[in-house]
Amino acid sequence: MPSHDDAPTLHDPQRRDFLRRLARASGGIALAGLGGALLVGSPGWGGAEREGELRCFDFGRPEAGRRLGIGQGPDRAASLDAALTALGGLSAFVGPGDVVLLKVNAGFATPPELGATTHPALLGALARRCFEAGAAEVLVTDNPVADPMGCFQTSGIQAAAEDAGATLLLPGPGSFTPITLPEGRLLRAWPVLTEPLDRATRLISVCPLKHHYLAGATMGLKNAYGLLGGTRGVFHQDVHTIITELSRLVRPTLSVLDATWAMVRNGPTGGSRSDLEDRGFMAVGSDPVAVDAFGASLLGLKPGDLPYLLRAATAGAGGADWRDLVSATPGSAR
Amino acid sequence: MRPLAARRVSQGFFLALFAWLCLVSSPGDAFWQLGTWPVTWLLQLDPLVALSTALARGALEPGLLWSLAVVALTLLLGRAFCGWICPLGTLNHLIGRLGQWGTSLSARRAQSRPHRAQGLAMAALLLQLGAAAGAGLAASGAWLRGHPLLALALLLPLLAVAGHGIRSSEPRARPARALGLGLGLALLVLAALPGARGLLQASMALGLLDPLPLLHRSAHTVLLPLADRGVSFLWPFPRQHLLAPVTALILATVLLANLWRPRAFCRFLCPLGALLGLLGRAAPWRIAKRQAGCSDCGRCEATCPSAAQPSGSFRQPSCVLCLSCTDACPDGLLAVAPHRSAAGEDDEPDLSRRNTALALAAGVAIVPCMRLTHGLGDRLSPGLVRPPGAVPELDFLARCIACGQCMRVCPTGIIQPAGFAGGLETSWTPRLDMRIGTSGCQPSCTACGEVCPTGAIQPLSVDEKLGQGASAQAGPTRVGTAFVDRGRCLPWAMGRPCIVCQEVCPTSPKAIQLERVVQGLPDGAELTLERPRVDPQACTGCGICENACPVAGEAAVRVDSAGESRHPDRALALDAQDPTR
Repeated sequence: MPSHDDAPTLHDPQRRDFLRRLARASGGIALAGLGGALLVGSPGWGGAEREGELRCFDFGRPEAGRRLGIGQGPDRAASLDAALTALGGLSAFVGPGDVVLLKVNAGFATPPELGATTHPALLGALARRCFEAGAAEVLVTDNPVADPMGCFQTSGIQAAAEDAGATLLLPGPGSFTPITLPEGRLLRAWPVLTEPLDRATRLISVCPLKHHYLAGATMGLKNAYGLLGGTRGVFHQDVHTIITELSRLVRPTLSVLDATWAMVRNGPTGGSRSDLEDRGFMAVGSDPVAVDAFGASLLGLKPGDLPYLLRAATAGAGGADWRDLVSATPGSAR
Repeated sequence: MRPLAARRVSQGFFLALFAWLCLVSSPGDAFWQLGTWPVTWLLQLDPLVALSTALARGALEPGLLWSLAVVALTLLLGRAFCGWICPLGTLNHLIGRLGQWGTSLSARRAQSRPHRAQGLAMAALLLQLGAAAGAGLAASGAWLRGHPLLALALLLPLLAVAGHGIRSSEPRARPARALGLGLGLALLVLAALPGARGLLQASMALGLLDPLPLLHRSAHTVLLPLADRGVSFLWPFPRQHLLAPVTALILATVLLANLWRPRAFCRFLCPLGALLGLLGRAAPWRIAKRQAGCSDCGRCEATCPSAAQPSGSFRQPSCVLCLSCTDACPDGLLAVAPHRSAAGEDDEPDLSRRNTALALAAGVAIVPCMRLTHGLGDRLSPGLVRPPGAVPELDFLARCIACGQCMRVCPTGIIQPAGFAGGLETSWTPRLDMRIGTSGCQPSCTACGEVCPTGAIQPLSVDEKLGQGASAQAGPTRVGTAFVDRGRCLPWAMGRPCIVCQEVCPTSPKAIQLERVVQGLPDGAELTLERPRVDPQACTGCGICENACPVAGEAAVRVDSAGESRHPDRALALDAQDPTR
């Protein structure tokens, strides 16, 4: 740097100006150093890394006991009422002020008569019964396989929910939270449809009885698959483990299985009325394993034919002994 | 030594250092190889790399703390970095001088007059910072939403002060200030919406003009590959790089523009220069004229490469402290001094307030627009195979400055500019192209992570890369998975034995397994064939099979990014997921 003759004889205003700028530069250097030091140790804005919250979603009512009610008949609203009566009424499970989440199977954009999705008549009737039992709000949700809006519209679920005064919650990018199942092997930091689950005080799974190529049958336990987000198809590599883990992750208050018409082949999509057979049953139970075991019997399957059923029972989700429950349940029709 | 000579020595030193560090960017422990030289150091000096990646991530890579030295230098002495250190500045300076050789004083003076377009450099800076700011805005918005009362308590007084400021400013300045306030408020409201995280995101894609990454990128993918072909001891194999002609065109434009105006890039486009100009505005030492009047000979003006007007109202943010003017003044009236020029200073910014606000807002808005084209989550573009050690894609795009270090250092030459593999945004970011290089990703090589200045590619140990030793539990680092194309594969489609892919597969046990089949031929004879099948749990996506596949044209076994280990969303094989995650 060239030395400057004027430097030692700066005028007072010049000196003040220089000192002010020197102070600003020094302050700037200190600030940059401090900022750098803080930023090096900072965790960042977040959002890029995914950490799973360790939790389960238990909506069970153990004080109401293990109950199973079975109704019969071609009309779903009537057979639901029969099943509820056999169960001893809905009041042990849904009370005043409850927010009831109905987890439907809206997996595909197919019309209700093909039986691949929860029937709108059943959904409407169930939602009304929940309101009659005192529910403050009834929510309806699913994360379908196909486009959500198309599925909810074509399946008639959206219209039925609106008619009954229930609120349809479409899954969006913000509806999912990464969840880790305690001691889970597959469900680690996996996106789960937590938004509706967090709003609800009661959870009712409601779905049709269907054949399923990979899992054998899809009923109430498998219905929880629709609460997963992400590329959940990877779990097909070990479908019985994922259903078992789902039975630990989510315990519904009630499981409603619609076997009015059962899809006996070409499941879980079906696609033709000829894939359906008349069974005429409606099952409602507080033990999701027992409900599914009853459903399996309607497909001619023993619990042992569905590995996930026995494994879910071993994991504590319930028992496959549905026959014992039918005789034990007060007011049971069978 | 005259001050001017000192500056030239410094420029020569840093230019030579840059050239040397580029030359030695090859893996190995010899003195002319990577092991012994800090090849990322010049990039780590760049305060704009540090600022924009810190803004984008909310965190700073430790190596970038070197840039604080340049920040301190700039706060004290203005843009001395541009005049004394920056190798691109040196090249621009030199070519500008050559272009002016033999031209008249008045012509040179005309070249040195401030130009309206100089504001573009500031616009480039603001676009880059705006594009980096999205994630931080969303995070701040989320915080404000979580603390609504505190937010109101903070914002209302700020609004009142800003409103008062606009009302009390002179009428001409009001519209621009109101626009700035309006845009700022609109951004804040946007950031506070629940969906802001999905909308406002950070990208370094608008940082391509940052001079040090630009020069490194040009050297690594154009100049050195050209040199390789002439002087083969640098690298035994000629290198190819996607987009190299475009990179060359950009570099040529930057360099040749100096013939129009000396240091044209530095004056008109350089975002780093604009940033350092801002930082150095109040530098205590600067060029100053001793007395207001002079003979007005114009020699200082004609020699100034940055249009800083040393004889008139001095423009400190433009001055690169090259000392050409102090050397040129016949009366010795100019010097670096602790006071302001006696002829006054011109503090008018190159970019109007209105355009400042617009450029920042445009930078923020460009990122979500760019991301309309391609998915970043579980539906990431399959062709976007990132180098081993790459952080998850959203974070990667907030870090990668496309400097090309990884591309040069890769011993097999498979790290390539991605082009449009992931949309406009990925252009010069690195992607593995297994067919271009001499082999796939070598199992025990971790060079690319060593030279990444921003941590977009994390340094890996060999154990971490291979999933052995302490990393056995976590499994190997996967960049993707190989897929056999049964329609092209010789044993699968054409009934011919081959299994080159199985032979070269480097994992143990091999990720490419064989199925033995016996085929009946039309003449009654039998042919025993072995057909390759990929085990996704063992495959790391190294691409050595794709490189070696003898099927000309598109290989019959190809790697895509499915199954890469950097994010759980990308998992392919269920049992291949990290069990500790």
